[in-house]
Amino acid sequence: MIAVIDYNIGNLASVTNGLKRQGLDVVITRDEQEILNADGIVLPGVGAFPVAMENLKKFNLIEPLNKAKDKGIPIMGICLGMQILFEKGYEVEETKGLGFLKGEVDLLKVDAKLPHMGWNQLVINHDHPLLKYVKEGDYVYFVHSYGAICPDEELMAYANYGGAKVPALVAKDNVIGCQFHPEKSGEVGKYILRAFKELCEK
Amino acid sequence: MLAKRIIPCLDIKDGKVVKGVNFVGLKDVGDPVELAKEYDRQCADEVVFLDITATYEHREIIKDLIQRAASELTIPLCVGGGIRTLDDFRMILAAGADKVSVNSAAIKNPQLIKDASDEFGVQCVVLAVDAKAREDHSGYDVYIAGGRENTGIDLIDWVKKGEALGAGEILLTSMDADGTRDGFDIDMLNAVMDVVHVPVIASGGCGGKEDIADVFEKTNCDAALAASLFHFGEATVDEVKEICAERGIPVRRNRV
Repeated sequence: MIAVIDYNIGNLASVTNGLKRQGLDVVITRDEQEILNADGIVLPGVGAFPVAMENLKKFNLIEPLNKAKDKGIPIMGICLGMQILFEKGYEVEETKGLGFLKGEVDLLKVDAKLPHMGWNQLVINHDHPLLKYVKEGDYVYFVHSYGAICPDEELMAYANYGGAKVPALVAKDNVIGCQFHPEKSGEVGKYILRAFKELCEK
Repeated sequence: MLAKRIIPCLDIKDGKVVKGVNFVGLKDVGDPVELAKEYDRQCADEVVFLDITATYEHREIIKDLIQRAASELTIPLCVGGGIRTLDDFRMILAAGADKVSVNSAAIKNPQLIKDASDEFGVQCVVLAVDAKAREDHSGYDVYIAGGRENTGIDLIDWVKKGEALGAGEILLTSMDADGTRDGFDIDMLNAVMDVVHVPVIASGGCGGKEDIADVFEKTNCDAALAASLFHFGEATVDEVKEICAERGIPVRRNRV
């Protein structure tokens, strides 16, 4: 069972559908027991960093997520859900994140249009189980203006945009962050969700 | 580098695809979801549903369609047609669409662009603009009500204002080119590309595969939209992408 965290931030339908298409059982939840009993956790999110953290607090989700992390359950944050895995964000105002990954989230410093919206190619920096079926140069779908600034060992894949390396897939132990939307990324997105499924089945 | 996007557009009335569709092998060619899935398979980068009925009673039908499409598509979905209020945005996004396009209502109430982008993010708000060259060639006028009413508003002023208010993307339809199948309106596109910084989707006039590659070579537009080319089965999205790739235009391809 995969727990998709319900914290009133963006649309849960497409990520839930994407997981179901991989044959996963999905529960949309904010219940601690359901979260801690899950084989995998997905933290979706579209919107602003401070609102996301505020909502996690409001629904008492920070403790359960910390426990899940310590328990070793695979946790995948998508888009804003990836950004709040870091220590701090600067969108709207400086806000403390979950701190599961080292680094911060700030406005992308690129010489190109923002948001970074559309299909961009993955460049693989380090091997990671989630990239098992991904080939260098595969396109995935991005929509964001803020991005992570993180140490190289956490950066599994990035996309080149406006003269910058935009972090695309970040990870440390059982915590994974996708800046792009695997559920909107066509065939390649399916491969990434399939690899997540396999990770959760271990 | 971002790929250039190719976007099939489906005109929908009473829950059915309107423009003549000529596809072999689809169970129900009139079903927007079946057609959108076919385009997803063909490697379309996004799909647009344009609801041309858009009466109030019709809302349940479009909501159901969006929910079905969102559960089956693996690419982004943009929905437009008859959007008037923030509640319309809310309903469409909650049903599972990724973007909402707004046209006439934004002219009547430009604040809608700002309110929607503040609440849902600029990436959700697509400003659709229909424009036509003035007879004296002094520029372009913006039209509303499906191209029936000239607002007298200058295209360049309007797209600048729309961007400033928070539109995340501009879907620009040339009424001069639309329906001619003679190719996109390069002059109008370049006039807009010169003044806005958000992505621009070229629309109107696509008659053949080469037209899409041409518009990417002759303008800096980010995406090209076409309807009949794909609906009539004259070309698949992937065939268009093959031509683009041969001409050095960055496009996302299906794996072989």
